[in-house]
Parts: sequence; structure tokens; C-alpha cells
Amino acid sequence: MTQGEMTGAKALWATLVGHGIHTVFGYPGGAIMPVYDALTFYPEVRHILTRHEQGAVHAAEGWAKATGEIGVCLATSGPGATNLVTGLADAMMDSVPILAITGNVARHLMGTDAFQEADITGITLPITKHNYVVREVEELPRILAEAIRIARSGRPGPVLVDIPKDIQLAPYSGDIPVPHARPEAPAPAPEAIERARELLRNANKPVIIVGGGSLDAAAEITALARAWQIPVITTLMGLGAFPASDPLWLGMPGMHGSVAANRAISEADVLLGIGLRFDDRVTGRVSGFAPNAAIIHVELDAAEIGKIVRTHVPVRGDAAAAARLLSEGAQRRDRPEWHAQLARWQARTQKPDRWGAAYAVQAVTERLRPDDILASDVGQHQMLAAQLARFERPRRWLNSGGLGTMGFGFPAAIGAALAEPGVRSVVIAGDGGFQMTAQELATLKKYDIRNVKICIINNAYLGMVRQWQELFHERRYSEVWLGDSNPDFLKLADAYGVPGYRADSAEHLPGAIDAWLADPKSALLEVVVPHEHGVFPMVPAGAALSEMIEQEPARSIPGNERNPTAEEAKGA
Amino acid sequence: MTDPTPRDHLVSALVRDEPRVLTRITSLFGRRGYNIKSLSVGSTEHPGVSRMTFVVTGDRGVVEQAMRQLEKLHDVINIIDHSLEKYVDRELVLVKVAITPESRVEVRQIAEDFRARIVDVGRHALTFEVTGDEGKITAFIEQMRPFGILETMRTGRVALTRGSNADIPTHVYHAGETQALKPAVEGVEPREERARGVPNLF
Ligand SMILES: Cc1ncc(C[n+]2csc(CCOP(=O)(O)OP(=O)(O)O)c2C)c(N)n1
Repeated sequence: MTQGEMTGAKALWATLVGHGIHTVFGYPGGAIMPVYDALTFYPEVRHILTRHEQGAVHAAEGWAKATGEIGVCLATSGPGATNLVTGLADAMMDSVPILAITGNVARHLMGTDAFQEADITGITLPITKHNYVVREVEELPRILAEAIRIARSGRPGPVLVDIPKDIQLAPYSGDIPVPHARPEAPAPAPEAIERARELLRNANKPVIIVGGGSLDAAAEITALARAWQIPVITTLMGLGAFPASDPLWLGMPGMHGSVAANRAISEADVLLGIGLRFDDRVTGRVSGFAPNAAIIHVELDAAEIGKIVRTHVPVRGDAAAAARLLSEGAQRRDRPEWHAQLARWQARTQKPDRWGAAYAVQAVTERLRPDDILASDVGQHQMLAAQLARFERPRRWLNSGGLGTMGFGFPAAIGAALAEPGVRSVVIAGDGGFQMTAQELATLKKYDIRNVKICIINNAYLGMVRQWQELFHERRYSEVWLGDSNPDFLKLADAYGVPGYRADSAEHLPGAIDAWLADPKSALLEVVVPHEHGVFPMVPAGAALSEMIEQEPARSIPGNERNPTAEEAKGA
Repeated sequence: MTDPTPRDHLVSALVRDEPRVLTRITSLFGRRGYNIKSLSVGSTEHPGVSRMTFVVTGDRGVVEQAMRQLEKLHDVINIIDHSLEKYVDRELVLVKVAITPESRVEVRQIAEDFRARIVDVGRHALTFEVTGDEGKITAFIEQMRPFGILETMRTGRVALTRGSNADIPTHVYHAGETQALKPAVEGVEPREERARGVPNLF
């Protein structure tokens, strides 16, 4: 290929560059080699080679979650493409705009079970917002432009474009499309807004609950809550959409939500939900969710309105526009009894004072600056981080909410760190989940990325599963012990040239955190914590929010004699 | 207020005529547990646009949710819930009825009353073609049942709204491009895309 000839592969890069896309995450292979070859003609594109396609797609997600812009990842056909599946499902559940580009075998081989062929569009049909197989080279640039538009518009999501190898090589003589204008979100219906205002005006115990769909409406929602003096609950995905320092903030609702948030929902007479989908981890048993409340639901995706909870006032439209309209008619009303009640509940929040995972997560998150990004993996440490971190602004909290994908946190933090090189990108991970994508330490090394700070909370268990076994399976700890086979995490980091620090007590923690954060390079901190701590409060699965267990129960269940407990297993 | 009793709902979807559209739609229905009772698909007067008619059984809420999920699919151009307007619907069935020398005349007589056409004559069976709305077809089958129905094949219902407006919006996306569609009949304007969204019912 010479500089002059335009091919499908070159048209791909030209289209991405034309859309302002300059960073992509990927992994090459036979069926996408023409695209990688064409990359050498586009020095303005930075390609980040991860060590696994799952790392690439999560990094693209981290990029997208931190910036609000589309994240792009590339993979070859067959095994490369199927390695994207988890990340695409994750992006679908959390409404993350992702463009995934996969190579495929040449058209004449498609459907013949050729080497490294997989029907990736068939496989990803239910976990992408839309997907394409490009069938003619003339269509490739236009399909890419359309895919980018679909991924970003309305409720964002992942879009996959599968490109047969012969199309990547074919000469292309058409135009390079310019970006589509982002379609306007529908304006909320005035009658719906008026009806919502009326409910808020007459409410005695109102609460606002905001989800991941409201991150770009944080300013408007903050103004709305303050104008009406209505307390705000932020879901796991909505953390940061309302400043944690505001006295109106009640914390997170749901399975590991705060006492104040869950009690407020159970007592509320009007509940204004903005940009959320009433996930079962938020609602608990649906029939017991906000039993006394008239529900106003502001949501862009019409299919979410009325899907889970009955809705009294559906407001379909853009969260920012709706919040602005609702603020306009604000009538500040004093509700001293409601606020006094909320304050009593807020006072029940316990600060972790006993050494353990919660103590460690608290100590780390206390040190975060408002601009710092906090990425979390999945498990107990995730719920602790969500409970304890104090976010002042949106898009600083990256976590896998909808799918709960272990292995997400670290590569997502790398994506965010590359998007915002001036910002500290802190990861909290468990010893289990970190090992699902630990190989991305190589990515830190390869690109000399200096702003990723990894904190592993090492309880030597798949902690969250162990907690469920403790509470609901009479402490029969089945296949959750990692302590016998975990690596030496500091040596692992060292093998990739990443400095490591360790703390195993409350006394050693502050010094270790200081040294870890002060290190000029990306660094890893391992905090060794007691094995069997749980995350509380907790609403047992299937229970109503009002049935929350507030504190870790005293250990009353004796160890099962036939199954060795972990301590015994360790000794063996 | 929503009606909680399960019943049949007749819904048409205008979709882009592209590979996998049918898979996308049926997999969406399957995953969410909506059962499709009947489905017919065919092309429309506009190249690149196909029309599907479904019968979905469920309460109003289930069907509304199914339609909203369908609307989110990029291949779906428009959804028409026929229960909201007057419509004509038809279904075609082939019914093979057992006959004996004694019953032959009577079977033919009933078929004539229903304007059913005989499409195949065998020594022991007659095959009829009947078109009509669901009521007529059900009544025909019930009339024939005592003689012995050997086989039936129904096409699934097809429907159009009554009146002179057309359901296809003036613009559709097709293969990466917006295509302006010409009205099929000059002078009859295709109606604007139905306001998608949730009716604000209070
Ligand atoms: C890919 C994947 N596999 C399995 C699970 C189920 N799961 C949820 S939390 C958890 C334990 C996580 O353990 P660890 O990473 O050590 O974190 P901890 O809970 O101890 O903080 C598991 C196995 C999951 N969420 N994701």
C-alpha cells in the first residue's frame, strides 16, 4: 500500500480522525491486519496495545465514562472479537458509548467456518445497541459515521462494526463522511412538568433519586434540589451527580445503600427519579419499594418508564432540560419534621473505626481530591468505595454497575488515565478481580503511564461471595479461598516495573498511602485486611429496602464441621 | 388506566429491509418472554422497507413495554398499534377437511356460505382457502370441526389502518444514509412519524 491509495482500511482511519477520534485501544490479528497496516499512515492516531481484548474494551469504557465521549476499541476476528463480549455487555448495561471495530474473514469465506471465523454480529446482537457487517467498501465510512452517531445519541451504548478483510483491502473512492449532528433529546411535555411541580409543591416527604442517566445534568439537578430544598439520593451509577458535601445528600440507595437513603425511600410521599432504571439492586423487593410515594420518572429511554415501578408522572426527555424546567417553578417549603427525621437517619451512618477493608477504603478515599478519578472493580471493596467515597462532581467514579464485571476496574482506570493525563486515576480492586486483568500492568509499562494508582484490598477471599455464603449458606465457604494461591502482588508489579507498597495494619496504612500517592510513577498498594469482614448495611436479596440489616451480625453460626473453614484450609 | 386482562394485540412494525432484522426482533421478544402468536412479514411499496404484523398476547402493560423495546431497535422505522385506530385485518388459512360420500355436499355448502374456495380435491378430503378477519376464520374452522379437520395452515394476520394516510414516515435510514421517500400515491402525504414516546397519562 502506498501513501496515495485510499482503501477501506485507510478510509476507516480517515473517518475516525474526521470524527475527532485520536485514541483507540486494541489488539491485532490476521483478519484486521490491513487496518493495522493503514494505521501507520495516520500518525495522529494513538493506538494503545493492551494485553487482552477485554482490557481494550474496558479501557475504552473508562475513557468514555470519564470524558462522556465515545471510546473506541479494535479486535481481530474470532477469538479477538469474542474477547470483547464481556466489555460490550458491560457497556450496554451501563449505557456507555463504545465503537467496537472487528475484522472478519474475507466475504467469500464468511459462513464457511473458516479459520478464526466467528459470527460476532450474531453473538453480540443482544448486547449491542446496534451492529453491522459491512458488505461493500463503499458503505464502510458511512456505516462507521452512523455507528458513532447511534452509540452517542439518545441513551448511549455500544455499537459494533464487523469488517471483512477483503473490504479493508478494497480501493475506496468515495468521500469521508463528516460527523452527524447529535440529535436533540426530546423536550419534556409541559403538562408532565406541570403535574410534577404540583406533586412536589404538595409533598411532605419528597426525595430525589438520580442515576447514571443524569451525569450530564449534575448542575441542573443540584440547582433543582437546592431550589426546592429536597434531599437527594444518588444510585451507584449516579454518584457524583450531586455534591456529597451538600447537607441535602443522603447517600446511595439499595442493597448496600445508606440507612438514610433507604429509609427515606421507604417513607417518601413523592419520589422524583431522574435518569435511572430502577435496577433490582436499587429497589429491593419491588412491591416494597417506595410504598407510599407518587413516583415522577424523568427518563430519556421511554422503554424504562413503567418497566419496573409504577409511575404516576412519566416525563420523557432530557434530564438537564427537565431539571431546569422543574427548578423554574420551585417553591421552597420548610418541612422541619421531614428534615429532622432525615438527620436522625443520617446520624446512623457509621464511620469505620475498626481495622479492616472499610477502614482501608475510607483512608484511601479520604485522600482523593475532587478531580481525581476513582475506578473500582467488583465486590465488597466496590460497595465500600461507593459508600465511603465523597464525590463532588460527575464522571469521577468509574465502576461496572449493571453487569458487575470483575476485571473492569484496572483497565478502565488506564483508559481514564490516558484521557486525562493530568489527573490521578485511582483503582480500588479486590485480590480476586485484579487478577482477571492484572496483565494490563504491561500497558502501564509500555506507554509509561504515570497517573494510575492501584489499591488492592487483599482479604484473601472472593469476599463478596464469601459474605453471601456466610449469611445465606451457613458459612459453607465453597471455592472462595484465594489465600493459598495469590501471587505476591508487589513482586508481580515489580515484574512489570511498577513500584509496590504494602500495609497490613492501621498504623502502617497512612505512611504506605503517602508513599504510594507520592510516587512519581504509577504504583500499586496492597492492603492486607482481615479475612472475614462483611459490607453493611445490607438489604438481603428479595427483601424490601425497609428490611435492611444495618450492622454486621454477631457471628452466631458455628463453622460447619464437614467443610473446613478457611482458617483450617489455610493451615492445611 | 391500563387494562390488566391478557388479550391479543395487533401491532405492525415498519422495518428496514436488512439482514438479521427478523432475528433482532424475535430475539428481543424471546429474551423478554413475550410470546408472538402470529407474525407476517412482507415488503412494502417502498424499496428497503418491510412491514411486519404481530399478534402479541398480554395485558396492556406488557404490550406497551414490548412496543417501546421494539422502537429502540435501530432497524425499526415505525410501530403502529392497531388498537388505537380503525383498521382492516385479514388472515389466510388453508383447511383440509375429511369428507365421506355422505358429508361431501354439506361440507361444500358450508364452504360456500363462507365464500371459501376449494383449492384441492381429494378422494377423502377437500382443501379450502379462506380469507377474512379472525372471527370469520375461527367460525369456519368451528363449522368444519365435526367433519374432521386433517390439517390447517394459517398465514398470520396482516393489517392496515383505515383511511387514506400512510404509515411510512417521509424519511428512513437505509444502509447508512437518510433516504427521502416519495409518497406512493401523489397527493396523499405520508403522515409524520408518530410522536414516539410515552403518552402522558395521569
Ligand atoms: C467476571 C465475574 N465473575 C464472577 C463474579 C461474581 N462475583 C461478584 S463479587 C465476587 C468476589 C470478588 O472478590 P474480590 O475481587 O477479591 O473482591 P472482594 O469482594 O473481596 O472485595 C465474585 C466472584 C463477577 N461479578 N464477575
